[in-house]
Amino acid sequence: MFYIPFTCEKFFWVLKYNKSIKRGSLLKIIEVKNLTYAYAKGKEVLKNLNIEIEKGEFVAIIGHNGSGKSTFAKLLNALFVPKEGEVLVGGLNTKDKNSVHEIRKKVGVVFQNPDNQLVASIVEDDVAFGPENIGAKREEIEERINFALDAVNMQEFRKRTPTKLSGGQKQRVAIAGVLAIKPEVLVLDESTAMLDPRGRREVIEIVKDLNKKGMTVILITHYMEEVVNADRVIVLSEGEKILEGTPKQIFAKKEELTRVGLSLPPATILADKLREKGVNIGEVLTPQELKEELCKLFVKI
Amino acid sequence: MQIVCKNLTFAYGKRGVTAVKNLSLTIDEGEFFGIIGETGSGKSTFIQHLNGLVKPTTCDELTVGEFNLLDKKCDYKKLRSKIGMVFQYPEYQLFAETVFEDVAFGLKNFASLTKEETEKMVKEAIEVVGLDYEKIKNKSPFDLSGGQKRRVAIAGVLVTKPEVLILDEPASGLDPEGKEQLLSLLHSLHKSFVKTIIMVSHDMNTVVEHCTKVALFNKGEIYCSGRPSEVFFKLEGLEEIGLEQPLTGYLKKELELKGVNIESDLTVDDFVYNLVKKLKQGS
Repeated sequence: MFYIPFTCEKFFWVLKYNKSIKRGSLLKIIEVKNLTYAYAKGKEVLKNLNIEIEKGEFVAIIGHNGSGKSTFAKLLNALFVPKEGEVLVGGLNTKDKNSVHEIRKKVGVVFQNPDNQLVASIVEDDVAFGPENIGAKREEIEERINFALDAVNMQEFRKRTPTKLSGGQKQRVAIAGVLAIKPEVLVLDESTAMLDPRGRREVIEIVKDLNKKGMTVILITHYMEEVVNADRVIVLSEGEKILEGTPKQIFAKKEELTRVGLSLPPATILADKLREKGVNIGEVLTPQELKEELCKLFVKI
Repeated sequence: MQIVCKNLTFAYGKRGVTAVKNLSLTIDEGEFFGIIGETGSGKSTFIQHLNGLVKPTTCDELTVGEFNLLDKKCDYKKLRSKIGMVFQYPEYQLFAETVFEDVAFGLKNFASLTKEETEKMVKEAIEVVGLDYEKIKNKSPFDLSGGQKRRVAIAGVLVTKPEVLILDEPASGLDPEGKEQLLSLLHSLHKSFVKTIIMVSHDMNTVVEHCTKVALFNKGEIYCSGRPSEVFFKLEGLEEIGLEQPLTGYLKKELELKGVNIESDLTVDDFVYNLVKKLKQGS
């Protein structure tokens, strides 16, 4: 008897999945069309933005302070609603008030300061907050807490007090809180900005791992070295999308990036300086790649 | 002003956690001193001792120039005008209606000045952080960009002309250009009335590039201190104490494993220079 509903569900899932492949458009989890957004005073923060994000993609968004990155994040889960144009999440329009609840279950946002996002005095209660809010049943809440804490590797801290954790651990609890809703898209709005190197490493590793398991990730950051992990990079300046491409393509455009207040990853900068001095060295984005290139040079000698 | 700290221990409450253990550190006048360590390693607790915001549980010596902080008669007001403290995300502390009022607030606490004197000092402080006084003085701090807000907040500390400036993660949250500008601001300040800069940072690349000396904190103790090139390159297991090698330190180490030794103070330009030299020697 148990098998029947399970098989049914699986069957429908397969159907749904096939349908989505045929239709193509359903694979796009986020569709931003001609989006313009302004705060009350009239100055446009985002201008005529068109962005599509596919299921399972890892997209990084970079831009100077005030380029509209954080506003964009808040438009993805209907915290803000577009003034012009539209944002569709899994086909649902954020303007449609009846869809807001569903959209927020699909898109989870983690912000910069972990201290502002943790609400309970025990880690597991904090993670339970989301599922409780969407009316999950007791056993299901338990199951979701387990799933979320496992995903961020914080199971052993479940009975601890969030305030006594390190920054990276707190941010991982914040991510778990979002994962407990089982979102399809995880948005990180400068979630590593306040963390020490270990904390940043922890968060980035978790995010990479979640993405490998199929989670769509949108990473907003000022750290150019975090961007190298992404499938695609979108560069915003003054509310407009000015560049889009793979990390390699984007970081080949040094002058354009510098002009809009951005920079290159440290390894790319160092390689550039070597090239200026006449050293023949390949394109690199990470310290490891640079090391490989340097070793090659010295082997030749 | 030289800062001398000997065997400082600080514990929260009587049986509380020991945030700083037996810490000894001397910071000479003129240094651009970097303090690094993971969250909870005691960095903030330590710097808060330097202007008397926190008092040691036990300590053998704690002096900042002529101020003896262990002396009950220590003039904290005067001390705090000489040692400026810029906290993390200082722009969150902006509160006044105009930039002028916000920057002037610090002065009110320290001296009774005439209107003209106040104006002169506020103007100087705003200009020293690279902002246009006339354009910005009547604006609301909340209408400024992130980088400008941070500058205004720093101006509010610089207005008393401190000789020592302590900054906790001054560049965090800024975009790459904002970060570059802030660091060059710190260098230009370092050549003005600010004699010593103490900077807490999580970014190893920034620390090797800009600091003359550095101290690594770990679990409330100093793990290691000295010139950045000594501290970073020589240490093993930085990852275990929550830190990492700067890019140049990592490359130097990796190359050494391959039998290539590059002499460098680990700043990027110096590293590139010496690496190119080595390549030429080889070929």
